[in-house]
Amino acid sequence: MYDTPTVERTVENNTVKFAARDVHVFYGETEAIKGVDVDILDKTVTAFIGPSGCGKSTFLRCLNRMNDTIDICRVTGTITLEGADIYDKRIDPVQLRARVGMVFQKPNPFPKSIYDNVAYGPRIHGLARNKAELDEIVEKSLRRAALWQEAKDRLHEPGTGLSGGQQQRLCIARAVATAPEVLLMDEPCSALDPIATAQVEELIDELRQDYSVVIVTHSMQQAARVSQKTAFFHLGDLVEFGETSQIFTNPRDPRTESYITGRIG
Amino acid sequence: MTSAAFLCLFALAILGYVWNRQAATAIRAGGARLHSLEGFHGFYALLTVLVPVLLVMLLWLVLQGQVVDSLLRSGIAGHLEGRSAGEVQLILAEIKSISRGMVFGTPEPWKIDAAERYLALTARAQTLLLVVVVVLSLVLVVLGRSKVSAEFRARHGVERIVSGLMIACSVVAIVVTLGIVASLLFETLRFFERVPVTEFLFGTNWEPQIPLREDQVAAEGAFGWIPVMLGTLVITVIALVVAVPVGLMTAIYLNEFAPRKFRAVAKPFLEILAGVPTVVYGFFAILVVAPAMRAFAASLGVDVSPNIALAAGSVMGIMLIPFISSFADDALSAVPQSLRDGALGLGATRAEMMLDVLFPAAIPGIVGGVLLAVSRAIGETMIVVMAAGLIAKMTINPLDSVTTVTVQIVTLLIGDTSFDNPKTLAAFALGMMLFVLTLMINVLALRIVRKYREAYD
Ligand SMILES: Nc1ncnc2c1ncn2[C@@H]1O[C@H](COP(=O)(O)OP(=O)(O)OP(=O)(O)O)[C@@H](O)[C@H]1O
Ligand SMILES: [Mg+2]
Repeated sequence: MYDTPTVERTVENNTVKFAARDVHVFYGETEAIKGVDVDILDKTVTAFIGPSGCGKSTFLRCLNRMNDTIDICRVTGTITLEGADIYDKRIDPVQLRARVGMVFQKPNPFPKSIYDNVAYGPRIHGLARNKAELDEIVEKSLRRAALWQEAKDRLHEPGTGLSGGQQQRLCIARAVATAPEVLLMDEPCSALDPIATAQVEELIDELRQDYSVVIVTHSMQQAARVSQKTAFFHLGDLVEFGETSQIFTNPRDPRTESYITGRIG
Repeated sequence: MTSAAFLCLFALAILGYVWNRQAATAIRAGGARLHSLEGFHGFYALLTVLVPVLLVMLLWLVLQGQVVDSLLRSGIAGHLEGRSAGEVQLILAEIKSISRGMVFGTPEPWKIDAAERYLALTARAQTLLLVVVVVLSLVLVVLGRSKVSAEFRARHGVERIVSGLMIACSVVAIVVTLGIVASLLFETLRFFERVPVTEFLFGTNWEPQIPLREDQVAAEGAFGWIPVMLGTLVITVIALVVAVPVGLMTAIYLNEFAPRKFRAVAKPFLEILAGVPTVVYGFFAILVVAPAMRAFAASLGVDVSPNIALAAGSVMGIMLIPFISSFADDALSAVPQSLRDGALGLGATRAEMMLDVLFPAAIPGIVGGVLLAVSRAIGETMIVVMAAGLIAKMTINPLDSVTTVTVQIVTLLIGDTSFDNPKTLAAFALGMMLFVLTLMINVLALRIVRKYREAYD
């Protein structure tokens, strides 16, 4: 079911969610992103692929201003979310991050119970009016992240006691519970077994109905399976960006082709 | 002579090192595979010479004095007959000072003879020591050399000796601790022979000066430690009320919110605060804080005592601020960046991140720091000696004058003391209580730290 590229999947005419223009990112003196232009559409899954160290995570972190937490990091250019510049002085990064959720490359559950981990976002943003609603959000989020079966009997045990793959799904549930408009996922399946991977991919497909999803992945198959748009990064450049079907069947740039064929074989 | 023995020992040990090393190198040059590197063969020789011979020397030097003394005494046994032990000690001391050339008056000729004999005995002992050391070292060097071979496991030998040395070092700490506890316990038991335990533990009257008068030894209620303990408690609580919030806020601000420049200035200041000697804090308490508090209270029309507990306690709190803030700062810094990112990525503000995520994760370190601060506050002496009062009152009023356990220990042991009256022995009982109290707090600190670590890691 999952091993053929979804060539036949069409992309509807969706509105642009994020528009990045001439984005450069510097870590101190070194330039990690060298002028990227990209449009990320609403109700669409966009995949970022590329060799390790090419700047996928860095660019992803620009989209919810997580790079602000790195002292030496500097971003130039403009990134707009629904037309508003997110690097504008008047934008509160806290509100931005509530709208643009993120699942990190390494699982980072809080040292709290599984329940409290998932309930954290809804609590700080006041998404639930009472305990019953909160319970419902937690259960729904855990189900969507394919963790409910394993976690339902140990909701009040520490989240750090889960296995690596379970922790990653907990982090996905945590991000989903906050109900963001855009979900940024940095290699969400790198620690998951094939069954959990399939469940997360199902979740991504489901989220696409309402949200915009950006996923970084090293698996060509995964990019082909879940995304409608694919961006190929190489050494800080956005080499090619287009329909997933086109990138995987008919890449325009020789670098894209060699990367994809090298991986897919 | 002793230094010559040391020199010989070190020279021979180094010789053994070089000799073994060369032998091992030669074996390797001959094409054989060594079990251990050449250096280990060398160190094996070095250690097998140094460790046993040093032990022998140590033992020798400890016993030499006694052996020489008893020989000396048997030589002049005729003159010592019928004298008391104290007199004998005096005579021996006189003979020894004559032997060092310090002659007072005209000593009897037998004493001068004895002094010469003493010198001769000491010299002979030293020569003997040198001979023993050299012979023993040579034997050990040769023995070590004879072991060098391709298969010889010199590395294992060295590791065994080194781990033995490490065990010996850690045993020192244990032995010293047990020794301290034993001596404290011994004196405390002697105190309780004179004053009933129940009176000490539950008595509400502390007037240790009374028993100095012979007829009133162990007068009823004079050694109740409750008021003294209450004083310690009052001062400790005041200190913590000052130190914990200020220290934690400081740590949180410096760790998360402060601009880098402010941090660069504030950190050294905190370190200076930590380095101020407690005597100086004591000055600060009596010369600045206490008068200011009294003046303020007077302006409000409140009458406060001259040695106000609030002054000593709050200055002690200032002393503990860097202690708590550095512990909390370390604990907060140890929380991984990924947790901060996780919270911020969900749209938490920095304050929410701090309260909900960093703080709980840092709790073990913070609690540990606070409890260690409590131990320090309870045991702190100088500030309270200078700024708190001397009179034990049954009060928990911070505006009153109180006294603490440590202050009482100091005053009990100052001046003319003999170690067989309850006044002096009471100091040991107080010390014992202090020890038990801080021990319990430390155990509690460890348990709390462990409990939270289970839940949060
Ligand atoms: N905090 C940082 N400080 C300095 N340099 C950084 C930092 N984070 C990333 N970089 C550098 O920026 C470049 C891009 O890193 P990035 O993490 O975005 O790569 P990536 O494409 O996500 O790689 P991977 O697939 O291995 O996760 C790398 O050269 C990296 O060394
Ligand atoms: Mg990455």
